[in-house]
Amino acid sequence: MRPGQVVVGTDSHTTSHGALGAFSFGIGATEMASVWTLGVALNVEVPPTIKVEVTGEFPPHVGPKDLILHLVGKLTAQGANFRVLEYHGETMRRMSTSGRLAVCNMSVEAGATSGIVPADEETVRYLREEAGVTDPIELVVPDPDAVYERVVTVDVSALEPQIACPHTVDNVKPISEVAGVKVHQVVIGSCTNGRIDDLEAAAAVVRGKKVAKGTRMLVFPASGRVFQEALDRGYVADFMKAGAVVMNAGCGPCLGVHEGALGDNEVAVSTTNRNFKGRMGNPKSEVYLCSPAVAAASAVAGVLADPRKGS
Amino acid sequence: MGKVAFVVGDDVSTDVIYPGRYMATVLPTETPQYAFANDPALNAKLNAKEVPPGSVLVGGKNFGCGSSREQAVSCLKGWELTIVASDVARIFLQNSINLGLNIITAPGVTASIGDEVVVEGAKVVNRTTGKSWDVVPLPPARQAIIDAGGLIAYTRKKMLEAQAKG
Repeated sequence: MRPGQVVVGTDSHTTSHGALGAFSFGIGATEMASVWTLGVALNVEVPPTIKVEVTGEFPPHVGPKDLILHLVGKLTAQGANFRVLEYHGETMRRMSTSGRLAVCNMSVEAGATSGIVPADEETVRYLREEAGVTDPIELVVPDPDAVYERVVTVDVSALEPQIACPHTVDNVKPISEVAGVKVHQVVIGSCTNGRIDDLEAAAAVVRGKKVAKGTRMLVFPASGRVFQEALDRGYVADFMKAGAVVMNAGCGPCLGVHEGALGDNEVAVSTTNRNFKGRMGNPKSEVYLCSPAVAAASAVAGVLADPRKGS
Repeated sequence: MGKVAFVVGDDVSTDVIYPGRYMATVLPTETPQYAFANDPALNAKLNAKEVPPGSVLVGGKNFGCGSSREQAVSCLKGWELTIVASDVARIFLQNSINLGLNIITAPGVTASIGDEVVVEGAKVVNRTTGKSWDVVPLPPARQAIIDAGGLIAYTRKKMLEAQAKG
């Protein structure tokens, strides 16, 4: 896909593609059959757009996942329903495509139809170097006089690691308010945070340390390619020496369809994107969402832990 | 519409309406039995067939948030429930329109089990309490899909029109 394209998928997190400047949204299976038949997306109006202006430099161990969790908490879970979130500001311009993917992926957790980062030189770099695109790339960007329904500003320079607490994604608190919660299982991976820089951040935290007794740590690379790269870079060895289990690439326990099922009254800390009751398969469990750095620090500590404090 | 059979809270997600572990089936004949499977009382009431078609499920804010899984709609459609909620998440609303699940957005709506809830003109009326709420109308493009009898019928019509034009 390319900037400016309209992309649909039968997955609510199809919004991820907005990281490359596309208007991209999830639809149901029947609607996809209709799109295949007619070649158009029938059931969508042009949504109003909320401009999100992000400024400041992330503190150490704070990053795109903390930004989007903070934003979902601020907007609420339906705050952007039937709207597009369009991301601007120096922080977005400096952000890697991987970070933008995490932000656009979870834009749907504020109800947004789509999350879009206007295409720029980083988009071109990603499409050329990572995706192997060789044809001309047109940078489709907002009109200078584009109209926004409202503007939301976020300064990340003083942002703490953010945690979405059970059982809604907008129940977001800074780590300082929830550190110390006993953790039975840590999950690192998924479409939100299973890319190589996510695994790098987690590996850096657990390297030379051990996963706490009574805590399981599962790592699901987002793809076979990420898995291979994590092997080449030694991250898989870092995880395994720490006592983590590295699973096959894919969705894994995020939505409770395979592997990593939680026991009754267990608590999971996960880099995935949803924590609804029963999301990971067991309605008697609790899920906290966070960044890879927080997840890895929590695995070592056995409790929800602040990666800035070391251990 | 008719009597309120269920009242649920805010942010009822598709993981709650149709848990992920039943996603191996998409058949509308099979999905209804798993509706609200993690809520044994609610699920049992449906499967005991105590709830007549047209009964109302009243939801709060952000009903149907989360996954695009269409089973979350087909499982409710199978029981012929009517959904009335304060607001509905986008994909769930789209899927409801596409599959013909009767769904009404009425901000602030409240009801208790057993209340009689009806639509009168542009309002949802709780006849038991006498309160009423404005219905948020659907955009014309969506109303056309409902009028056609769902998205499959609508798409078939469009496809045949295109073929007739050559």
